[in-house]
Formats: sequence, structure tokens, C-alpha cells
Amino acid sequence: MVQAVMEKQQDNAAERREAVLSVRDLTVGFGDNIVLDKLNLDVLRGEILGFVGASGTGKSVLMRTVLRLLPKRSGTIEILGAEYDKMSDVDRMALDMRLGVLFQHGALFSALTVRENIQVPMREYLDLPQDLMDELARLKVELVGLAPEAADKYPSELSGGMIKRAALARALALDPDLVFLDEPTSGLDPIGAAEFDELIAKLRDTLGLTVYMVTHDLDSLFSVCDRIAVLGKKRVLVSGTIEDMLACEEPWVKSYFRGKRARSIVREHG
Amino acid sequence: MAAKLKKLGRPSGGRHEFDFSGVTAMDTAGAWIIRRFMNGIGGEAGAEVYFASGGQRYVELVQALPEKLRPPERDTKRPPLFQRLFAPIGELTVSIWTDTVAAMFILGSAVRGAQLKLGRHAGVSPAAIVHQIDRMGVMAVPIITLMSFLIGAIIAQQGAFQLRSFGAEIFVVDLVGILQLREIGVLLTAIMIAGRSGSAITAEIGSMKMREEVDALKVMGLSPVGVLVFPRLVALTIALPLLTIIANFAALFGAALVAWSYSGITIPTFLSRLQEAVDFSSVAAGMIKAPFMALIIGVVAAVEGLKVGGSAESLGRRVTSSVVKSIFVVILIDGLFAMFYAAIDF
Repeated sequence: MVQAVMEKQQDNAAERREAVLSVRDLTVGFGDNIVLDKLNLDVLRGEILGFVGASGTGKSVLMRTVLRLLPKRSGTIEILGAEYDKMSDVDRMALDMRLGVLFQHGALFSALTVRENIQVPMREYLDLPQDLMDELARLKVELVGLAPEAADKYPSELSGGMIKRAALARALALDPDLVFLDEPTSGLDPIGAAEFDELIAKLRDTLGLTVYMVTHDLDSLFSVCDRIAVLGKKRVLVSGTIEDMLACEEPWVKSYFRGKRARSIVREHG
Repeated sequence: MAAKLKKLGRPSGGRHEFDFSGVTAMDTAGAWIIRRFMNGIGGEAGAEVYFASGGQRYVELVQALPEKLRPPERDTKRPPLFQRLFAPIGELTVSIWTDTVAAMFILGSAVRGAQLKLGRHAGVSPAAIVHQIDRMGVMAVPIITLMSFLIGAIIAQQGAFQLRSFGAEIFVVDLVGILQLREIGVLLTAIMIAGRSGSAITAEIGSMKMREEVDALKVMGLSPVGVLVFPRLVALTIALPLLTIIANFAALFGAALVAWSYSGITIPTFLSRLQEAVDFSSVAAGMIKAPFMALIIGVVAAVEGLKVGGSAESLGRRVTSSVVKSIFVVILIDGLFAMFYAAIDF
């Protein structure tokens, strides 16, 4: 599936790798308002793709459409080499197992503790004894850098940063291949955000994750993202490495990556 | 200051100067008044406005303000009267239809969702159902008992009072027995549960919808209907008939007490009269309705809960309409059953 359809903007090295998620000619709209028009996008195995765009350009709409929370007008979405529309119910469930999602506000189930939250997907898909599930949940809690005591707390007792980590732990519960992160570092202080970025990079390296990250955090884009895609004018304007972004002449991209704030970060990262 | 500037009126033409050197503090409101004044005289032919030196930061503040406020873009065209008159009616019709479809969807996927889970492994979690039965059934027992006891007592007292003039006070037993067992028992219990548990279901599902928890369930490949609605539906269908039985006992007990103290009908007389007046079909006629009412309360509550949008206000509105709609539909169903029973002579 890697062949011809790849977009020109992508660098040659990327073309050799398998696309985990590929979106073709996707059109999404509500009523008369077309939000995305014939959008194409590829996410390659093992990369962290940062997704940026001005507010209201449809970043969340795209993510929600890919996750099938919103209906699409036309186009195809291929996840992990299979087209969702053409699958049987059983295959769909098998596919859902391989996706993890971190919602912007965590979306932890408020009636369950962190441990139980992490066990929801396990309970649903796997037939594991309770003691093993408990240990696995504690392992995930450890993995995302939460204190072991946090496992038995309810989401309402956690701070914003802890909720994000707990939600990430739940997203990783079944060791997914592809993880969607919706603004993972928004609302975190710079140190917490940097730690979270490092965590994501570390998990990518150790677990072989592919990460689709919607973010506005320039620091994250510069430090952990392998590739960046910019959404605008109802489609992907450009995608490529951070160098490509800095070289791009598109006005919005230019002002985003070469604005006052970006310049200081570029200097920092050398 | 606005009034003073207004008093200055509109000097025509010439050169005007603002001197801020004596100003010690100015906020955006003050700056805007000056800006507005400048725009007013700036429009006149040959008028020029200058700032005197001094108070430089206030000059900057005034200059930083936009010259004109942009009016918000909006559809200024008012739809014609005809359209304004009939659009709400059309919207209502469509919403009734979509509600019906949504209810069918929930009912259907509650059944199918459960099967899917059975196919995979253990199946519906009995713990969730038991928990819901506890919350919606067991915890409702005191209030249902109290309410039914009072209703039974009131009907008995009113019935006895009216029948007394005919010298037929003993028939109050027939009146209470048949009325309570066939109609009032199940109807009032259902209305109570619609208010008590229907609203809770809508609020729970609605707030989960607001916090993206429903979306989180979906992306985990779980059907929100299967996980959230199905246990509640099952629990309601089990709890409501049981509560109806309790309500019937409580009401008859209340009626017996009133009959004894108010009309002097002793308890043994009450019971033997009740046995003659009421047969199995009266009890069955009431009990058959209970599961249907439970289902409709649950489905309406779930439909409304899943319609909740992002705001707290929409949650409140949905809870209200959940209770109103389910009580209405419960009474409607009771009427339909009455017609049905009459038609088949039950």
C-alpha cells in the first residue's frame, strides 16, 4: 500500500516504511459546512507525527473521523493495512484493540479508579486472571511515571498532569500499535510538558509505538516529533521534518514556525 | 468625561489638541471615549486632531485602539413570516421522528450489543446489573412504600365517604382492590421511577457524554449502549415489577387500615371481600404493564442522555425532557393497555 499514492512532499526515506494509517480523499462536513475536503495523510510505522493547524481548521474533526466518532462524506481510511468500511464486526474489534487514544481532557471513567480504568480494555478483550491484571495495571502506572499510590485513586482526586498520565496508561493498556494523542501537553507546566514529551519518545523507542499527536506545543514539535503535518485550507498543507517546515514558504506555516516564539526555541535546539 | 466631551459639541474644522499631561490614570474605557470623539470630529471637513506632548503612554493607548468596531458578521435577513411560523412545527415533527429512531436504535443495540459481548467472552457483567438493581430498586423501596400506603389510604377514605350515602361502604374494598392492582399501582410506581431513576440515568450518561467518556468507550471498541444502557435497562425491567408488587401490598394495607378505622370494616372482612372482588386477572393486568413501562423509561432516559451536548445547560434540559417525556409515554402506554384489555375483555 506504500506505492504511488504517497504525497510528493514526503521525503524519500519515509517512502520505504510502511504506512500505519493512510487517509485518502477524505471529505467531512456538517450541513453546508465542509470542514475537510479531499484530505490525504500518511502516518508511518514507528514515527511520532505532530499535527498542527490554526484553531478551527479541523484537527480534532480529522482525529475523530479517523477514530470513527464522526461520519465521513467520502474517501477511505486505512488503519494498519485494513480498510474499516470493508471489515466484519469481529475484525473491527480486533482492530480497535490495536489503537490507543488519549483524549484532550483524559476522559477517564469517573466512576472507576485509575487501576480499574486501565483494566477496562483488558477486561473487555482479554481473558486474564484478576491478579495478573492488577499487576499489569500497576506496571502501566509505573511505565507512565505515576506514583504507585495513584493507582487506587479516582480521577477526581488527581491533578491535571496525573490525569494525562493515567489516561496515557489506559491508552497503552493493550500495547497498541498506533496511539492518538489529543493535545497531550496542553495545560501542563513547561517542566511537566517536557517530561511528558520525553515519556512519549521513550515509549515509542521501547514499545515500538506509532504516535499521532495533535499539539500546539512548539517545544514538543521540535524535540520529539519525527514528522509534522500542517492542516489548513481543509487539507494537509505540508508534511515533513522540522527542517522542511522551517524552509516552507506557506504564510501560515511561516508565521507559525518562524514567529517570535518559534525562533527562540530553534535557537535553543540549535 | 463622556458628558463633558459631548458638551463640547462638534467643533467644525480646525485644529484640536488633546493634552494628557495632567492625566494620572486612564483605562480602555476612557481611551475609547476619546477615540470615539476623535472619530466624530475627524469626519468633519478640515478637522485635525493632535496630541500634545506629555502623557505619552496614554497617547499610545488611544492610538492602539481600533478606529472603528467591526460589526459582527451575521445573517441579517429575517426569514419570512410564513417560514418563522411553520419552521418550529417542522422541526418538532422531525425531532419526534429522530427520537423514535434513536429509541429503536438503543433498544436494538441493547439486545445486539449484549449478544456481541456474549460471543466474545463472559458476557454482560452481572455485577453491574445487581448494582443498578440495588440503586434503582432497593433504594426506592421506602419512598414507593410510603407513597403507595398513602394513595391506598386516600382512595379508601374518599371511596368510603362517597359510597356511604348509598349504604354500600363495603364496596370500597372492590374499588381499592381493582383500581390499585389494575391501574394506580403500576402507573404511580412507574411515574415515581421515571422521576427518580430516569433522571439519574439521563444525568449519568449525559455527564459521561460531556466528559468524552462515551467517546473513550467507543474507541475502545465498546458499545456505549451495551456498557451503559443495557445493565440499566435490565435492572429497571427487573426492579419495576418488583416495586409494583411492594406498592400494591402497601396500598392495600393502607386501604385496610382506613376501612377499619373510618368505616369499621374489620381486617378479616376486608380480606375476604378482597378475595371475592379481585381475581388473578386483575393482578396480572397490572403486572404485565410494568416491564413495558420500565423499558420505555430506560430507553427515553438513554436517548436523552446521549443527546447531551457540551454545556451544563443542555444537561439540565435533557434531564428535564427525559422525565417529562417518560412520564408522558408511561401514561400513554397505560391508556393503550386499557384499550387493549377492553378489546380482549381481560
